[in-house]
Amino acid sequence: MSMILLAEQVLNGLQLGIMLFVMAAGLTLVFGVMGLINLAHGSLFMIGAFAAAAVAGATGSFVLALIAALSAAAAVGALVEVVVIRRLYNRDHLDQVLATFALILIFSEGTRWLFGSFPLFLNIPSYLAGPVSLPGGIEYPLYRLTLIAVGLLIALGLFLLISRTRLGIQIRAGENDREMIAALGIDISKLYTIVFAIGAGLAGLAGALVGAIQSVQVGMGEPVLILAFVVIVIGGIGSIKGALIASILVGLTDTLGGVLLPALFKQFMEASAATSAGSSLSSMLIYILMAGVLIVRPTGLFGARA
Amino acid sequence: MTRESLFNIVMMSLLILFPLWAWIADEPFMITLATKAVILALAGVGLNIALGLGGLVSLGHAAFFGIGGYAMGILASHAQSYSPILESPFLIEGTKSMPVIWLVAIISSGLAALAIGVLSLRTTGVYFIMITLAFGQMLFFFSISWPAYGGEDGLPIYVRNGFPGLNTLDPIQFYGICFAILAVVLFFCARLAKSPFGLALNAARQTAERVETVGISPYRLRLAAFTISGMITGLAGALFADLNRFVSPTMFSWQTSGEIMVFVILGGVARLFGPVVGAALFILLEHLLGGLSDYWHIYLGLLLLLIVLFARGGVIGTFAGKGANHD
Repeated sequence: MSMILLAEQVLNGLQLGIMLFVMAAGLTLVFGVMGLINLAHGSLFMIGAFAAAAVAGATGSFVLALIAALSAAAAVGALVEVVVIRRLYNRDHLDQVLATFALILIFSEGTRWLFGSFPLFLNIPSYLAGPVSLPGGIEYPLYRLTLIAVGLLIALGLFLLISRTRLGIQIRAGENDREMIAALGIDISKLYTIVFAIGAGLAGLAGALVGAIQSVQVGMGEPVLILAFVVIVIGGIGSIKGALIASILVGLTDTLGGVLLPALFKQFMEASAATSAGSSLSSMLIYILMAGVLIVRPTGLFGARA
Repeated sequence: MTRESLFNIVMMSLLILFPLWAWIADEPFMITLATKAVILALAGVGLNIALGLGGLVSLGHAAFFGIGGYAMGILASHAQSYSPILESPFLIEGTKSMPVIWLVAIISSGLAALAIGVLSLRTTGVYFIMITLAFGQMLFFFSISWPAYGGEDGLPIYVRNGFPGLNTLDPIQFYGICFAILAVVLFFCARLAKSPFGLALNAARQTAERVETVGISPYRLRLAAFTISGMITGLAGALFADLNRFVSPTMFSWQTSGEIMVFVILGGVARLFGPVVGAALFILLEHLLGGLSDYWHIYLGLLLLLIVLFARGGVIGTFAGKGANHD
């Protein structure tokens, strides 16, 4: 296997991981601050992608499409928080799983009803299309490289938001002791709505960014949702740093496993059996990774509480 | 007699009378619907042991449902193509006999539940939900990418498997088999909940420390409950595969886990008949709303949301009030 191919796969894994981080950051923030498992996070990803596809189709502008995705998902997120989610904070996880499962049904069928069952397409803008040459003779799509850069900027922005701003202080305080910050005069329900909307907006943005390299369709959110859950569980629920490390780990494991395992199996098996065994194992690899991490560290790599 | 047991008797009579009516009125489709409801109820009854009695929120029960399904699919596909499953070191042949298939389904899903339980029960809370989900997804992706038994396309079985002395192709007779199994399992569950094991499990769900103080290991109780739970759901999977004469990776999908959980919650967690009511209501809604609108999942979602938010305790909780074993 050539080094160029391997380097490309590493970049692909990095790109997948960074996009997973954008998705998982909101999920882990919502869990850390409000203690809520939100299965409907994948629906917000889908809403972002559909909003972007609709706006891009109407205006032709990719930047406007991204803004639309971010604001549509954040708005829907805020609305859902006020109407439904806020009643779930004091419930057990079972109720949260079910209520947000119900939200998935509503959002998926609602989107199908609005946009139909056929996938929409969101094109990569012309100024980001085509490959670029990287040092070492690697030709890599500019758009995917942009995704990595955008994702890293979002990660940096989140770190600054959490560590440097007043809102960040409130969020961190909310993770530690919600009664205390309420007693100090912070409007806790407003804070929760804002945190939920930030998470939703990030999911929507991720949906729009990823929507340009795959088709935009109903049900696109759930596979990503499950991967995002894998990420936050490996990283430790509530930890942004854990989410970043785990998402890159998951992205690389998934991408490199798909390439390396069949090649590895070919060393001691015949080619067709090696391909099928290798691809079967690699499709399970990240779940094996997750189970392994939880068995060794039952609260994830950077998790504090169960 | 409590209102809940009255409710249970009414439900049980409906499960007998409705298919009888459909049989007399010559409505085979209605019998098939009832069969589907009974089989899905059985899957829910399995989950209810872990979820209701043990307090173990498993989002991975599709794993056992799928293993049961594939146990049937693999055995029957080898029997229909007359090729043995294994030739050396000893011969294992496929089979079309339901009792053998059930046994294999129960044992293999039980072993899987034991293995998954040993690893998953080290975690609690959200992490338990997520690790069970992960194991379910592992099997889902394995079933998609493993080409020997149909892979992504699934595996059709051309003729329904046989049961000695009965014609399983006749809808009412197949319904009878499924109903009898459900009745036996419900009786077993009622006894289990009142047995020393069931009482200890219930106590471990409420306060694990107290159970530990009297010298019982909550981990072992939960592991046993999780295993029994997986076995019953696996049996349901084998029956479900026989109903459709088709097995596919969908049986392993996490939406299947979610739906099995929905049956339990819709009817009422930790109620003996909760999953039965839930599955019957689900099938009824699917049939009625599905006829009204292509987008019936919206209404299902809304209804589910209302039940979770405002009618805690599900249908049985709403009709029969608080149960003795439900806090």
